[in-house]
Formats: sequence, structure tokens, C-alpha cells
Amino acid sequence: MKLYGKFFMIHLKSIMEYKTSFILTCIGQFLVSFNVFLGMYFMFQRFSNVEGFTYNEVLLCFGITLMEFSLAESFARGFDNFPSIIKSGEFDRIMVRPRNEILQVLGSRVEFSRIGRILQAVVMFCYGFAVSGIQWTWGKIITVIFMLIGGTAVFSGLFLIYASICFFTLEGLEFMNIFTDGAKEYGKYPVSIYGRTVFWLCTFVVPYALIQYYPLLSLLGRGKPSYSLLPLAACLFLVPCLFLWKMGVRHYGSAGS
Amino acid sequence: MRKYIAFFRLRFSMGLQYRAAALAGIVTQFVWGTMEILMFRAFYQADAAAFPMSFQSTCAYVWMQQAFLALFMAWMMENEIFDSIVNGNISYELCRPINVYNMWFSRSLANRLSKALLRSVPILLVAAFLPAPYGLMRPASFSAFLLFLITLLLGLGVTVAFCMLVYMVSFFTISSVGVRMVAVSVVEFFSGGTIPLPFFPEPVRQVLELLPFASMQNVPLRIYSGDLSGTPMRHAIFLQMFWLFALAALGRCLDVLAMKKITIQGG
Repeated sequence: MKLYGKFFMIHLKSIMEYKTSFILTCIGQFLVSFNVFLGMYFMFQRFSNVEGFTYNEVLLCFGITLMEFSLAESFARGFDNFPSIIKSGEFDRIMVRPRNEILQVLGSRVEFSRIGRILQAVVMFCYGFAVSGIQWTWGKIITVIFMLIGGTAVFSGLFLIYASICFFTLEGLEFMNIFTDGAKEYGKYPVSIYGRTVFWLCTFVVPYALIQYYPLLSLLGRGKPSYSLLPLAACLFLVPCLFLWKMGVRHYGSAGS
Repeated sequence: MRKYIAFFRLRFSMGLQYRAAALAGIVTQFVWGTMEILMFRAFYQADAAAFPMSFQSTCAYVWMQQAFLALFMAWMMENEIFDSIVNGNISYELCRPINVYNMWFSRSLANRLSKALLRSVPILLVAAFLPAPYGLMRPASFSAFLLFLITLLLGLGVTVAFCMLVYMVSFFTISSVGVRMVAVSVVEFFSGGTIPLPFFPEPVRQVLELLPFASMQNVPLRIYSGDLSGTPMRHAIFLQMFWLFALAALGRCLDVLAMKKITIQGG
């Protein structure tokens, strides 16, 4: 953990050398996700509800999902340039060091330009809270915290899968974007609106529903109280991801020169 | 003119080489299209009366948008151009007896067309065979289809002309990241990429339809889905031509200005 802190500081210092570019990028990131919000706003100008969810409830859902994604992204996006680490043979160097490989890959890049997006996530998160009209109790606050933990775990797991596949293909696979960026994009609405098949996939294959739909119901006072614990169950998703990673490391036959 | 056609052909056949990447792209776009349609279905079921287009035309709109994504997405700008401005490789281009603006224009056209050609056919084929309301319907008439093709090309022209402005601006700012991101998100939103323009409230929509962004994907996609016809359609096509010339003229002006005071970076 101390080591990760050190990696973190190094990246912070290096990015601060280029301040203007950094600030512009942050603004850009902010605008990009602001589009999604505006799109939702105009849709709800026309429609009063979708599948029984009102605008305010969907906003809460959007804020939480965006927050989960941004948290996972800022810490685990180091896996994003993993294909280049593999291809250049950089991973050999990582393997010989007496530290955990995952930690080193994570530390290879920390995306500070995502601050714009995180900022937006925080704004949406707070706004969603303010307009949701929920009576906040300790139980509900803990549910939200569980959701954030579970969500970060699931998205990090997906980034980990993306990286693990590179051991076999040497090349990042574009379709993994469906599960990460796509989930962020379409996770703005509760997953139940996409119909039965998608909902089933989102519960049992990749547990989006566990970090989003079920705990949201319990927040809104519509579900069973036990739904609040489901995000923790979603953390179990990390287990197969880690297993795949280990398998990948064992399969790794080095590349580059 | 012949030089630029040669550039066009070169880039076009280069773009056709990346078939594996296209396959991955097709799968991704297909899933995105499906999710988009499922989302619109949920809204349609919530309140069918408030739906501004027929559900079938919305589906056609989404599939066409996914199929021709490469033609209209502003974020598909060419990194090579930005890199060449930053690292000084631009000097090689300037040595050639050709105009930079025209060359990049034909190059971008070719890139986008070849990408779209590879990706659109499979998506359109699958979408055409999906069951009735969700699939891609046949165009209203033959003339509508012809108009669709013409406006598709016009829209492509407007998109490229707009991207050219961003390239030209980066001659002055060098680092293009910020300008680019802002430009991309503006285009995405105002051209109907996030939600189709008819879904906007009436007063907002009337303003948006006059902007150059509405002349990009909005016009051809809506002509195909039968949402735009008659006099409004003629106006839209006229606006497309106007913006194509206006943006291109502005781009050429910036080009002349930039060439006067250009600084070559790198060393």
C-alpha cells in the first residue's frame, strides 16, 4: 500500500509539470460526461417516468453508477495500457521484482486527468442525493457505501479481465469496452428497463444488478432490506477475475525484445 | 485535383486493410445499438404518446447511426495529423507542392469512407433481418433512398470540414487535447448523437436544427427513417450545402493564416 502511495505521488508530480494541458483535459472530461446528463434531462422533459422510475430516482442511480465507475477507473485504469506493457516485454521486468505484479501494473499509470470526470461524478452524486427525497437513515447510508465498494470491485474486476486476456492475445480487445464504458453509459438507467434477457445477464454473468438495481430498490424503500447486502456479494466477482489473472501470468511466455 | 484523388485512393485502400479491427468494432457497435433500442423501448412503453418519432423509425435511426458511425463520429480524428504538428513532421508535408488543407480533407474523407464501408454492411444485414419493430425497415421509397445517399455524403462533408477546423486551430495552440475534447463533446450532443434531435423540446430543437451540427448525421438518418420529408427536408438539404461551403471557406482562411505564421516544432 505504501508502494502504491509512492507511485501515486510520482505521477502527480509529473503531471503537474504540464498544468494548462492538464486543466483543459479535465474540462474536456467534465463536458463529455455532462452530455449524458443533458441527454437524460431532455428525455425526462418528455417522459415522466421509465419502468416506474422517476427522473430523480434515475438521477440517483446515474450518480452512484458514475461514482463507482470513476473510483474504479482512477485506480485500476493502469490496466488500460497493459497491452503495451506486454508487447514491449516490460512485464518481464515486473515479474523479476519481489513485489506483487498487480500492484506494479496499477502503479504504472495513474490517470489524474480523470479528475474532471470524478468531479462530475461527485457533482452528479451530490445532486442525485439532494433531489432524491429519501429519508436518510444510517442503514441507507451504509447501503450507499456498500454500493460504492461493490461497484468499484466489479469494475476493477472487469479491467483485470481486460488485462488478463492480453496474456493470451497480446492485443487489447475492443469489445471489452462494452462491459466497462458500455456499462457506465447504460448504467445510468436501472438495468431492469432493458428487458428480461439483459437483466438476467446483468445479474448472473456480470453482477451489475447487484451493485445498482437491487440496492437502489432498497434505498427507495421498495425492496427487501436484505438487498442492501448484495453489493458485498458482488465483490465475489473479483475471485474469478483474479483466477483468470493468475492463469494468464502462468501462461505468459514473454514478448518483445 | 488528380493529386488529391491519388491521396484519397491511397488512404482508402489502407483503411480496408484493418479487417480484424473492423470485426471487433462491428460486435461492439451491434451491442451498443441493441442497448440503445432497448432503452428507447422502455421509454416507449412508459408513454407511447409522448414519443416524437414512430418506434420503427427510431430503430432504423439507431441502426443506421451504428452502421455509419465511422462517417460521423467527431472523435475519429486523425492522430497522425496532430502528432505531425507537435513533432515537426508537418515540415515534410509543407515541402510538397500541394495544399495541406485539400490533402487532409481528401485523406479524412477516404479514411472515414473505408472504415464505414467495412463496418456498415454486416451491421445493416443483421439489422435488416431482425423481427419487425426492432429491425431496420426498408426506406420509404426509392427517391427517399437516393436522397438518403446524397445527404449522407453531404453530412460526411460537413463533419470532415468541421474536423478540419480543429486541425487548423491546433496549428495555433500546438497542444490539441483540450480543443479536441470540447469540440468532440459539442458535436456529439448537438448533432443528435446522444439522443436524436426530435427528442429535444420544441424551442431547443428549432435552434439546434439551424446549427452546422444538425447538418451532420441528423439529416440523412432522419430522411431514411421517414421522419424528415417535404419542405423541411428541402430546407435541411439546403442548410447542409450552406454549412459545407461556410465551414470549408472558414477552414481555408485559417489555413492561409496558419501558413503565414507557422512554427515548426521539434528538432
